[in-house]
Amino acid sequence: MSAGFGEVPLKSERDIVLARQLVRRLTQELGFSLVDQTKMVTAASELARNAYVYGGGGAMRCQLRDENGRTGLTLVFSDEGPGIENVEMAMTDGWSSGTGLGMGLSGTRRLVNQFEIDSRPGAGTRVTITRWK
Amino acid sequence: MERIPILRMGEFLLVTIQVDMHDQMALQLQDDLTTAISRFGSKGVLIDISSLEMVDSFIGRMISDISGMGRILDAATVLVGMRPAVAITLVELGLSLPGIATALNVERGMALLRRNV
Repeated sequence: MSAGFGEVPLKSERDIVLARQLVRRLTQELGFSLVDQTKMVTAASELARNAYVYGGGGAMRCQLRDENGRTGLTLVFSDEGPGIENVEMAMTDGWSSGTGLGMGLSGTRRLVNQFEIDSRPGAGTRVTITRWK
Repeated sequence: MERIPILRMGEFLLVTIQVDMHDQMALQLQDDLTTAISRFGSKGVLIDISSLEMVDSFIGRMISDISGMGRILDAATVLVGMRPAVAITLVELGLSLPGIATALNVERGMALLRRNV
């Protein structure tokens, strides 16, 4: 079972701040530990920035999850940007398209329980992450 | 635009980040700090992040850059007050902030700066 929790735009730097504040609030409401809250908020910040900076803007969709007695939060970041040519390479530590520290995607994957990326050149990028309580 | 205030304490600069910064604000702080170091001939910069609930790769890079720019301008940087949950997340993300002096709190950070100058 999962409940939708709306969609927030990622069209400015302020939207990135609002996105992480929303994720903070949701993880608090779900009763995540402080470390788990911080990991999910940080992951959201990384992916929101990617969607804004590289994807030319996009959106974050939140879903509260309740499956087999465990609760969690799923976030979907989508953009209609140029997409990623080599997803496998983009997922390695140290890979960077220029800005940042090259830890974006690979580092973010370590902060969550589930990580899926769907991207093709010209078709935008969609990253789905889930963290369970 | 909103700015993070920089306090001058003798030969040191003190910055306390108390808001959830958007990226432009972080870049502005970098600019303001390097300008202040050069204008006042500051020997050290203390950055207090005890209010920050999150440090992502962008803010991590800003901190690294400030430290590097400060070094070139002959000012030491000490980062203080990082929350344990932030430290755990940062290292898991892959950022251990190499080369950056840290201290547990402002008091110890100031002591470290005084020893280094």
